[in-house]
Amino acid sequence: MPMPVIRIPTPLRPYANGQTEVNVQGPTVADAMEALLTQYPAMRPHLTNADGQLRPFVNLFLGENNISDLQGLATPLKDTDRLMLIPSIAGGKEC
Amino acid sequence: MLPDLSRDEILRYSRHLLIPEVGLEGQKKLLASSVLVIGTGGLGSPVALYLAAAGVGRIGLVDFDVVDSSNLQRQVIHATSTVGVLKVESARDRLHDLNPDIQVDIYNEPFTSENAMRIARDYDLLIDGTDNFPTRYLVNDLCVLTGKPNVFGSIYRFEGQTSVFYAKEGPCYRCLFPEPPPPGLVPSCAEGGVLGVLPGTIGTIQATEAIKLLLGIGSSLIGRLLLYDALEMSFESIKLKKDPNCKVCGTHPEVTQLIDYAEFCGVPGLDHEEGSAGKNWDISVTELAARLRGGEKLRLIDVREPHELAISALPGEENFPLGQLASRLAELDSAQELVLFCKTGVRSTRALELLVSAGFRKVRNLQGGINAWAREVDPKLPIY
Repeated sequence: MPMPVIRIPTPLRPYANGQTEVNVQGPTVADAMEALLTQYPAMRPHLTNADGQLRPFVNLFLGENNISDLQGLATPLKDTDRLMLIPSIAGGKEC
Repeated sequence: MLPDLSRDEILRYSRHLLIPEVGLEGQKKLLASSVLVIGTGGLGSPVALYLAAAGVGRIGLVDFDVVDSSNLQRQVIHATSTVGVLKVESARDRLHDLNPDIQVDIYNEPFTSENAMRIARDYDLLIDGTDNFPTRYLVNDLCVLTGKPNVFGSIYRFEGQTSVFYAKEGPCYRCLFPEPPPPGLVPSCAEGGVLGVLPGTIGTIQATEAIKLLLGIGSSLIGRLLLYDALEMSFESIKLKKDPNCKVCGTHPEVTQLIDYAEFCGVPGLDHEEGSAGKNWDISVTELAARLRGGEKLRLIDVREPHELAISALPGEENFPLGQLASRLAELDSAQELVLFCKTGVRSTRALELLVSAGFRKVRNLQGGINAWAREVDPKLPIY
Protein backbone atom coordinates (compact mmCIF):
# COMPACT_ATOMS: atom_id res chain seq x y z
CA MET A 1 0.00 0.00 0.00
CA PRO A 2 1.49 3.38 -0.93
CA MET A 3 2.32 5.71 1.93
CA PRO A 4 3.62 9.26 2.03
CA VAL A 5 7.41 9.42 2.31
CA ILE A 6 9.81 11.99 3.75
CA ARG A 7 13.18 12.43 2.12
CA ILE A 8 15.95 12.73 4.69
CA PRO A 9 18.85 14.98 3.61
CA THR A 10 22.39 13.67 4.03
CA PRO A 11 23.28 15.74 7.13
CA LEU A 12 20.32 14.28 9.04
CA ARG A 13 20.72 10.67 7.97
CA PRO A 14 22.93 9.72 10.94
CA TYR A 15 19.91 10.43 13.14
CA ALA A 16 17.62 8.28 10.97
CA ASN A 17 19.65 5.10 10.88
CA GLY A 18 21.12 6.13 7.52
CA GLN A 19 17.74 6.08 5.75
CA THR A 20 17.31 8.28 2.65
CA GLU A 21 13.53 8.10 2.73
CA VAL A 22 11.18 7.16 5.54
CA ASN A 23 7.56 6.01 5.13
CA VAL A 24 5.16 7.99 7.28
CA GLN A 25 1.42 8.08 8.01
CA GLY A 26 -0.84 11.07 7.21
CA PRO A 27 -3.43 12.48 7.19
CA THR A 28 -1.56 15.77 7.67
CA VAL A 29 2.04 16.99 7.47
CA ALA A 30 2.03 17.32 11.28
CA ASP A 31 1.10 13.62 11.64
CA ALA A 32 3.81 12.64 9.16
CA MET A 33 6.42 14.62 11.08
CA GLU A 34 5.30 13.10 14.37
CA ALA A 35 5.56 9.64 12.83
CA LEU A 36 9.10 10.41 11.70
CA LEU A 37 10.17 11.83 15.07
CA THR A 38 8.59 8.95 17.01
CA GLN A 39 10.51 6.49 14.87
CA TYR A 40 13.78 8.51 15.11
CA PRO A 41 13.67 10.59 18.31
CA ALA A 42 17.31 11.69 17.91
CA MET A 43 16.15 13.88 15.00
CA ARG A 44 13.77 15.92 17.12
CA PRO A 45 16.20 18.59 18.41
CA HIS A 46 17.48 19.11 14.86
CA LEU A 47 14.04 19.69 13.36
CA THR A 48 11.63 21.18 15.88
CA ASN A 49 11.74 23.61 18.78
CA ALA A 50 10.08 23.17 22.17
CA ASP A 51 6.57 23.98 20.88
CA GLY A 52 6.79 21.61 17.94
CA GLN A 53 7.39 24.23 15.23
CA LEU A 54 10.00 23.67 12.55
CA ARG A 55 13.28 25.33 13.37
CA PRO A 56 14.23 28.39 11.27
CA PHE A 57 17.10 26.57 9.54
CA VAL A 58 14.97 23.70 8.26
CA ASN A 59 12.28 23.83 5.59
CA LEU A 60 9.73 21.20 4.71
CA PHE A 61 8.59 20.99 1.12
CA LEU A 62 5.66 19.07 -0.31
CA GLY A 63 6.57 18.53 -3.93
CA GLU A 64 8.03 21.85 -5.08
CA ASN A 65 6.16 23.97 -2.53
CA ASN A 66 7.18 25.03 0.95
CA ILE A 67 4.50 23.85 3.39
CA SER A 68 4.53 27.39 4.82
CA ASP A 69 3.10 28.50 1.45
CA LEU A 70 0.42 25.78 1.73
CA GLN A 71 -1.40 25.16 5.02
CA GLY A 72 1.71 24.69 7.14
CA LEU A 73 1.74 21.62 9.37
CA ALA A 74 -2.04 21.26 8.80
CA THR A 75 -1.50 20.59 5.08
CA PRO A 76 -3.32 17.34 4.17
CA LEU A 77 -1.26 14.51 2.67
CA LYS A 78 -2.11 11.98 -0.01
CA ASP A 79 -0.65 8.46 0.05
CA THR A 80 1.48 9.25 -2.98
CA ASP A 81 2.93 12.50 -1.58
CA ARG A 82 6.63 13.05 -1.04
CA LEU A 83 7.90 15.46 1.58
CA MET A 84 11.44 16.84 1.50
CA LEU A 85 13.36 18.24 4.44
CA ILE A 86 15.66 21.04 3.27
CA PRO A 87 18.26 22.03 5.87
CA SER A 88 20.68 24.91 5.51
CA ILE A 89 24.17 23.64 4.76
CA ALA A 90 27.21 25.85 5.02
CA GLY A 91 29.83 23.90 3.11
CA GLY A 92 33.10 22.26 3.74
CA LYS A 93 34.35 24.13 6.83
CA GLU A 94 36.58 21.49 8.30
CA CYS A 95 36.40 20.29 11.85
CA MET B 1 29.11 52.14 -26.75
CA LEU B 2 31.13 49.15 -25.63
CA PRO B 3 34.57 48.74 -27.23
CA ASP B 4 34.89 46.49 -30.26
CA LEU B 5 36.58 43.11 -30.05
CA SER B 6 40.13 42.73 -31.34
CA ARG B 7 41.04 40.08 -33.94
CA ASP B 8 42.47 37.91 -31.16
CA GLU B 9 39.33 38.29 -29.07
CA ILE B 10 37.10 37.39 -32.01
CA LEU B 11 39.05 34.16 -32.39
CA ARG B 12 39.18 33.42 -28.66
CA TYR B 13 35.45 33.90 -28.15
CA SER B 14 34.31 32.60 -31.55
CA ARG B 15 32.21 29.79 -30.02
CA HIS B 16 30.27 32.42 -28.10
CA LEU B 17 29.93 34.66 -31.13
CA LEU B 18 28.27 31.78 -32.98
CA ILE B 19 25.44 31.60 -30.43
CA PRO B 20 22.74 34.16 -31.26
CA GLU B 21 21.91 34.60 -27.53
CA VAL B 22 25.48 35.77 -26.92
CA GLY B 23 26.94 37.07 -30.18
CA LEU B 24 29.21 40.06 -30.51
CA GLU B 25 27.05 42.30 -28.33
CA GLY B 26 26.83 39.68 -25.57
CA GLN B 27 30.57 39.09 -25.60
CA LYS B 28 31.17 42.82 -25.32
CA LYS B 29 28.83 42.86 -22.32
CA LEU B 30 30.79 40.06 -20.65
CA LEU B 31 34.08 41.85 -21.26
CA ALA B 32 32.62 44.99 -19.67
CA SER B 33 31.22 43.15 -16.63
CA SER B 34 32.65 42.32 -13.23
CA VAL B 35 32.10 39.50 -10.74
CA LEU B 36 33.34 39.13 -7.16
CA VAL B 37 34.04 35.50 -6.20
CA ILE B 38 34.06 35.04 -2.43
CA GLY B 39 36.14 31.99 -1.62
CA THR B 40 38.62 30.35 -3.99
CA GLY B 41 37.97 26.82 -2.74
CA GLY B 42 35.84 23.99 -4.11
CA LEU B 43 33.09 26.24 -5.48
CA GLY B 44 35.19 29.29 -6.32
CA SER B 45 37.62 27.21 -8.42
CA PRO B 46 35.28 26.21 -11.26
CA VAL B 47 33.35 29.49 -11.02
CA ALA B 48 36.46 31.62 -11.49
CA LEU B 49 37.90 29.36 -14.21
CA TYR B 50 34.73 29.43 -16.31
CA LEU B 51 34.14 33.17 -15.82
CA ALA B 52 37.71 33.89 -16.90
CA ALA B 53 37.41 31.56 -19.88
CA ALA B 54 34.13 33.23 -20.86
CA GLY B 55 35.82 36.61 -20.88
CA VAL B 56 34.22 38.27 -17.87
CA GLY B 57 36.38 41.39 -17.95
CA ARG B 58 37.07 41.84 -14.28
CA ILE B 59 37.12 39.12 -11.64
CA GLY B 60 37.69 39.77 -7.93
CA LEU B 61 38.92 36.94 -5.70
CA VAL B 62 38.54 36.99 -1.90
CA ASP B 63 40.30 34.45 0.31
CA PHE B 64 42.88 34.50 3.09
CA ASP B 65 44.13 30.93 3.09
CA VAL B 66 47.14 29.21 1.56
CA VAL B 67 46.93 26.21 -0.74
CA ASP B 68 47.22 22.89 1.11
CA SER B 69 47.63 19.50 -0.53
CA SER B 70 44.32 18.37 1.02
CA ASN B 71 42.59 21.07 -1.09
CA LEU B 72 43.64 19.58 -4.42
CA GLN B 73 41.05 16.77 -4.36
CA ARG B 74 38.44 19.40 -5.37
CA GLN B 75 39.94 22.91 -5.67
CA VAL B 76 40.97 22.55 -9.29
CA ILE B 77 42.16 26.14 -9.79
CA HIS B 78 45.18 25.36 -7.58
CA ALA B 79 47.97 22.91 -8.28
CA THR B 80 50.64 20.80 -6.62
CA SER B 81 53.11 23.46 -7.72
CA THR B 82 51.22 26.14 -5.71
CA VAL B 83 50.95 24.28 -2.39
CA GLY B 84 51.96 26.81 0.27
CA VAL B 85 51.14 29.80 -1.96
CA LEU B 86 48.35 32.27 -1.07
CA LYS B 87 45.14 30.97 -2.62
CA VAL B 88 44.29 34.32 -4.22
CA GLU B 89 47.73 34.47 -5.86
CA SER B 90 47.62 30.84 -6.97
CA ALA B 91 44.14 31.43 -8.45
CA ARG B 92 45.06 34.75 -10.11
CA ASP B 93 48.08 33.22 -11.84
CA ARG B 94 45.98 30.31 -13.12
CA LEU B 95 43.30 32.68 -14.44
CA HIS B 96 45.88 34.85 -16.20
CA ASP B 97 47.38 31.75 -17.75
CA LEU B 98 43.93 30.83 -19.03
CA ASN B 99 43.00 34.34 -20.18
CA PRO B 100 45.67 37.06 -20.01
CA ASP B 101 43.30 39.76 -21.28
CA ILE B 102 41.05 39.96 -18.22
CA GLN B 103 41.67 41.93 -15.03
CA VAL B 104 41.94 39.89 -11.82
CA ASP B 105 41.88 41.78 -8.52
CA ILE B 106 42.79 39.88 -5.39
CA TYR B 107 41.80 40.50 -1.76
CA ASN B 108 43.94 38.46 0.62
CA GLU B 109 41.73 39.03 3.65
CA PRO B 110 38.71 37.50 5.38
CA PHE B 111 35.45 38.92 4.02
CA THR B 112 33.97 40.84 6.96
CA SER B 113 31.39 43.50 7.79
CA GLU B 114 34.24 46.00 7.93
CA ASN B 115 35.65 45.46 4.43
CA ALA B 116 32.73 43.91 2.49
CA MET B 117 31.18 47.17 1.26
CA ARG B 118 34.55 48.48 0.11
CA ILE B 119 35.56 45.26 -1.67
CA ALA B 120 32.18 44.61 -3.35
CA ARG B 121 31.36 48.19 -4.34
CA ASP B 122 32.33 48.10 -8.01
CA TYR B 123 31.21 44.57 -8.90
CA ASP B 124 28.05 43.71 -10.84
CA LEU B 125 27.31 40.51 -8.95
CA LEU B 126 28.66 38.32 -6.19
CA ILE B 127 29.32 34.59 -6.06
CA ASP B 128 28.89 32.92 -2.68
CA GLY B 129 31.54 30.20 -2.67
CA THR B 130 32.12 30.26 1.08
CA ASP B 131 32.16 27.41 3.55
CA ASN B 132 30.57 28.91 6.67
CA PHE B 133 27.33 30.46 7.86
CA PRO B 134 28.60 33.89 9.03
CA THR B 135 30.03 34.71 5.59
CA ARG B 136 26.92 33.38 3.84
CA TYR B 137 24.66 35.73 5.83
CA LEU B 138 27.12 38.57 5.27
CA VAL B 139 27.12 38.02 1.49
CA ASN B 140 23.32 37.81 1.48
CA ASP B 141 22.75 40.98 3.48
CA LEU B 142 25.39 42.87 1.52
CA CYS B 143 23.70 41.93 -1.76
CA VAL B 144 20.24 42.91 -0.47
CA LEU B 145 21.50 46.24 0.88
CA THR B 146 23.43 47.10 -2.30
CA GLY B 147 20.93 45.66 -4.79
CA LYS B 148 23.27 43.08 -6.34
CA PRO B 149 22.47 39.46 -7.27
CA ASN B 150 23.98 36.75 -5.04
CA VAL B 151 24.71 33.54 -6.94
CA PHE B 152 24.59 30.97 -4.17
CA GLY B 153 26.03 27.48 -3.95
CA SER B 154 26.44 25.14 -1.01
CA ILE B 155 27.64 21.57 -0.73
CA TYR B 156 27.67 18.68 1.69
CA ARG B 157 29.14 15.24 0.93
CA PHE B 158 27.06 14.20 -2.11
CA GLU B 159 24.44 16.96 -2.01
CA GLY B 160 24.42 20.48 -3.33
CA GLN B 161 22.06 23.44 -3.26
CA THR B 162 22.20 26.37 -5.65
CA SER B 163 20.06 29.44 -6.30
CA VAL B 164 20.18 33.10 -7.24
CA PHE B 165 19.15 35.36 -4.39
CA TYR B 166 18.24 38.73 -5.84
CA ALA B 167 15.99 40.70 -3.53
CA LYS B 168 14.96 43.18 -6.26
CA GLU B 169 13.27 40.36 -8.15
CA GLY B 170 12.75 37.53 -5.66
CA PRO B 171 13.57 36.04 -2.28
CA CYS B 172 16.87 36.29 -0.45
CA TYR B 173 18.75 33.63 1.55
CA ARG B 174 17.13 34.81 4.79
CA CYS B 175 13.64 34.35 3.29
CA LEU B 176 14.46 30.63 3.11
CA PHE B 177 16.64 30.35 6.21
CA PRO B 178 15.88 33.22 8.62
CA GLU B 179 18.51 31.95 11.06
CA PRO B 180 21.49 29.60 10.92
CA PRO B 181 21.57 26.46 13.03
CA PRO B 182 23.27 26.95 16.39
CA PRO B 183 26.85 25.61 16.19
CA GLY B 184 26.06 22.59 18.39
CA LEU B 185 23.39 21.47 15.95
CA VAL B 186 25.40 21.77 12.76
CA PRO B 187 25.63 18.19 11.67
CA SER B 188 28.29 18.87 9.06
CA CYS B 189 31.03 18.47 11.64
CA ALA B 190 29.84 15.01 12.57
CA GLU B 191 30.72 13.60 9.18
CA GLY B 192 32.45 16.30 7.16
CA GLY B 193 33.93 15.48 3.83
CA VAL B 194 32.77 16.14 0.32
CA LEU B 195 32.90 14.26 -2.96
CA GLY B 196 35.62 16.14 -4.84
CA VAL B 197 33.64 16.56 -8.05
CA LEU B 198 30.49 17.84 -6.26
CA PRO B 199 31.64 21.48 -5.97
CA GLY B 200 32.60 21.19 -9.65
CA THR B 201 28.97 20.50 -10.55
CA ILE B 202 27.50 23.15 -8.26
CA GLY B 203 30.17 25.76 -9.07
CA THR B 204 29.65 25.23 -12.79
CA ILE B 205 25.93 25.90 -12.33
CA GLN B 206 26.81 29.07 -10.39
CA ALA B 207 29.06 30.20 -13.25
CA THR B 208 26.26 29.46 -15.73
CA GLU B 209 23.79 31.53 -13.73
CA ALA B 210 26.27 34.40 -13.38
CA ILE B 211 26.92 34.51 -17.14
CA LYS B 212 23.17 34.38 -17.92
CA LEU B 213 22.52 37.26 -15.51
CA LEU B 214 25.34 39.33 -17.02
CA LEU B 215 23.99 38.68 -20.51
CA GLY B 216 20.36 39.09 -19.47
CA ILE B 217 19.29 35.82 -21.12
CA GLY B 218 17.26 32.76 -20.17
CA SER B 219 15.39 31.93 -16.96
CA SER B 220 17.52 32.26 -13.88
CA LEU B 221 17.31 30.43 -10.56
CA ILE B 222 15.73 33.51 -8.95
CA GLY B 223 12.84 32.14 -6.86
CA ARG B 224 14.01 28.55 -7.19
CA LEU B 225 16.41 26.35 -5.24
CA LEU B 226 18.03 23.61 -7.28
CA LEU B 227 18.89 20.51 -5.27
CA TYR B 228 21.45 18.08 -6.63
CA ASP B 229 22.07 14.60 -5.27
CA ALA B 230 25.17 13.07 -6.86
CA LEU B 231 24.56 9.59 -5.40
CA GLU B 232 21.03 9.39 -6.80
CA MET B 233 22.07 11.52 -9.79
CA SER B 234 18.94 13.59 -9.41
CA PHE B 235 18.14 17.28 -9.74
CA GLU B 236 15.05 18.73 -8.11
CA SER B 237 13.86 22.31 -8.30
CA ILE B 238 11.71 23.78 -5.55
CA LYS B 239 9.92 27.13 -5.43
CA LEU B 240 11.10 29.88 -3.11
CA LYS B 241 8.91 32.81 -2.17
CA LYS B 242 9.84 36.18 -0.83
CA ASP B 243 9.01 36.43 2.87
CA PRO B 244 7.28 39.76 3.57
CA ASN B 245 8.52 39.44 7.16
CA CYS B 246 12.15 38.87 6.11
CA LYS B 247 14.43 40.83 8.42
CA VAL B 248 16.58 42.16 5.60
CA CYS B 249 14.45 42.21 2.40
CA GLY B 250 10.92 42.26 3.87
CA THR B 251 8.53 45.18 3.99
CA HIS B 252 9.80 46.38 7.39
CA PRO B 253 13.46 45.38 7.48
CA GLU B 254 15.30 45.31 10.82
CA VAL B 255 18.71 44.78 9.27
CA THR B 256 19.56 48.02 7.47
CA GLN B 257 23.34 47.78 7.69
CA LEU B 258 25.86 44.97 8.02
CA ILE B 259 25.93 43.38 11.49
CA ASP B 260 28.29 41.15 13.50
CA TYR B 261 27.76 37.86 11.68
CA ALA B 262 29.93 35.76 13.98
CA GLU B 263 27.70 36.80 16.85
CA PHE B 264 24.52 36.31 14.78
CA CYS B 265 25.60 32.75 13.99
CA GLY B 266 26.71 32.04 17.55
CA VAL B 267 30.23 31.33 16.44
CA PRO B 268 32.75 31.86 19.23
CA GLY B 269 34.95 34.91 18.83
CA LEU B 270 38.55 34.71 17.75
CA ASP B 271 39.71 34.51 21.39
CA HIS B 272 38.01 31.12 21.70
CA GLU B 273 40.27 28.58 20.10
CA GLU B 274 38.41 26.10 17.91
CA GLY B 275 38.61 22.57 19.24
CA SER B 276 39.17 23.63 22.83
CA ALA B 277 36.65 23.17 25.64
CA GLY B 278 38.46 25.63 27.93
CA LYS B 279 41.41 24.97 30.18
CA ASN B 280 39.46 23.21 32.95
CA TRP B 281 38.15 20.64 30.51
CA ASP B 282 41.03 20.20 28.05
CA ILE B 283 43.82 17.65 28.26
CA SER B 284 46.85 18.01 25.99
CA VAL B 285 48.14 15.08 23.97
CA THR B 286 51.46 15.11 25.88
CA GLU B 287 49.69 15.01 29.27
CA LEU B 288 47.47 12.15 28.08
CA ALA B 289 50.49 10.25 26.78
CA ALA B 290 52.29 10.68 30.13
CA ARG B 291 49.28 9.50 32.14
CA LEU B 292 48.77 6.45 29.93
CA ARG B 293 52.47 5.61 30.22
CA GLY B 294 52.04 5.87 34.00
CA GLY B 295 49.47 3.09 33.80
CA GLU B 296 46.37 5.16 34.58
CA LYS B 297 43.06 3.63 33.61
CA LEU B 298 41.39 6.21 31.37
CA ARG B 299 38.57 5.39 28.97
CA LEU B 300 39.38 6.80 25.54
CA ILE B 301 36.11 7.74 23.86
CA ASP B 302 36.42 8.34 20.12
CA VAL B 303 33.42 10.36 18.89
CA ARG B 304 34.36 10.17 15.20
CA GLU B 305 32.42 8.21 12.59
CA PRO B 306 33.30 4.49 12.32
CA HIS B 307 34.94 4.83 8.87
CA GLU B 308 37.43 7.36 10.27
CA LEU B 309 38.89 4.69 12.57
CA ALA B 310 40.33 3.02 9.49
CA ILE B 311 42.48 6.14 8.95
CA SER B 312 43.83 6.43 12.48
CA ALA B 313 42.94 5.17 15.96
CA LEU B 314 44.34 5.09 19.50
CA PRO B 315 45.05 1.73 21.21
CA GLY B 316 42.22 0.68 23.52
CA GLU B 317 39.81 3.35 22.29
CA GLU B 318 36.05 2.94 22.21
CA ASN B 319 33.93 4.36 19.38
CA PHE B 320 30.85 6.42 20.28
CA PRO B 321 29.98 8.44 17.12
CA LEU B 322 28.74 11.89 18.18
CA GLY B 323 25.31 11.27 16.65
CA GLN B 324 24.85 8.15 18.82
CA LEU B 325 26.29 9.51 22.05
CA ALA B 326 23.02 10.83 23.51
CA SER B 327 21.36 7.43 23.13
CA ARG B 328 24.34 5.45 24.48
CA LEU B 329 24.96 7.28 27.77
CA ALA B 330 24.11 4.09 29.69
CA GLU B 331 27.33 2.54 28.36
CA LEU B 332 29.39 5.24 30.07
CA ASP B 333 30.15 5.40 33.79
CA SER B 334 30.26 8.92 35.25
CA ALA B 335 32.55 7.68 38.05
CA GLN B 336 35.29 6.79 35.57
CA GLU B 337 37.51 9.40 33.95
CA LEU B 338 36.68 9.75 30.26
CA VAL B 339 38.89 11.33 27.61
CA LEU B 340 36.88 12.39 24.56
CA PHE B 341 38.56 12.85 21.24
CA CYS B 342 37.86 13.31 17.53
CA LYS B 343 39.90 14.49 14.55
CA THR B 344 40.75 18.02 15.73
CA GLY B 345 38.81 18.57 18.97
CA VAL B 346 35.69 20.25 17.60
CA ARG B 347 33.29 17.31 17.78
CA SER B 348 34.74 16.13 21.10
CA THR B 349 34.07 19.61 22.55
CA ARG B 350 30.42 19.17 21.57
CA ALA B 351 30.44 15.66 23.05
CA LEU B 352 31.88 17.06 26.27
CA GLU B 353 29.12 19.69 26.47
CA LEU B 354 26.56 16.94 25.99
CA LEU B 355 28.07 14.76 28.73
CA VAL B 356 28.47 17.65 31.17
CA SER B 357 24.84 18.63 30.65
CA ALA B 358 23.95 14.99 31.39
CA GLY B 359 25.75 15.22 34.74
CA PHE B 360 29.20 13.86 33.86
CA ARG B 361 32.07 15.71 35.55
CA LYS B 362 35.14 13.49 35.10
CA VAL B 363 35.43 14.16 31.37
CA ARG B 364 38.25 15.72 29.40
CA ASN B 365 38.54 16.94 25.82
CA LEU B 366 41.69 15.89 23.98
CA GLN B 367 42.87 19.23 22.65
CA GLY B 368 43.69 19.13 18.94
CA GLY B 369 42.27 15.61 18.59
CA ILE B 370 43.97 12.57 17.12
CA ASN B 371 45.69 14.78 14.54
CA ALA B 372 47.57 16.53 17.40
CA TRP B 373 48.42 13.09 18.82
CA ALA B 374 49.84 12.14 15.40
CA ARG B 375 51.88 15.35 15.26
CA GLU B 376 53.27 15.34 18.79
CA VAL B 377 53.13 11.81 20.21
CA ASP B 378 52.95 9.16 17.52
CA PRO B 379 54.39 10.30 14.15
CA LYS B 380 53.56 6.91 12.64
CA LEU B 381 49.86 7.87 12.66
CA PRO B 382 48.67 9.72 9.53
CA ILE B 383 47.25 13.26 9.73
CA TYR B 384 44.07 13.79 7.70
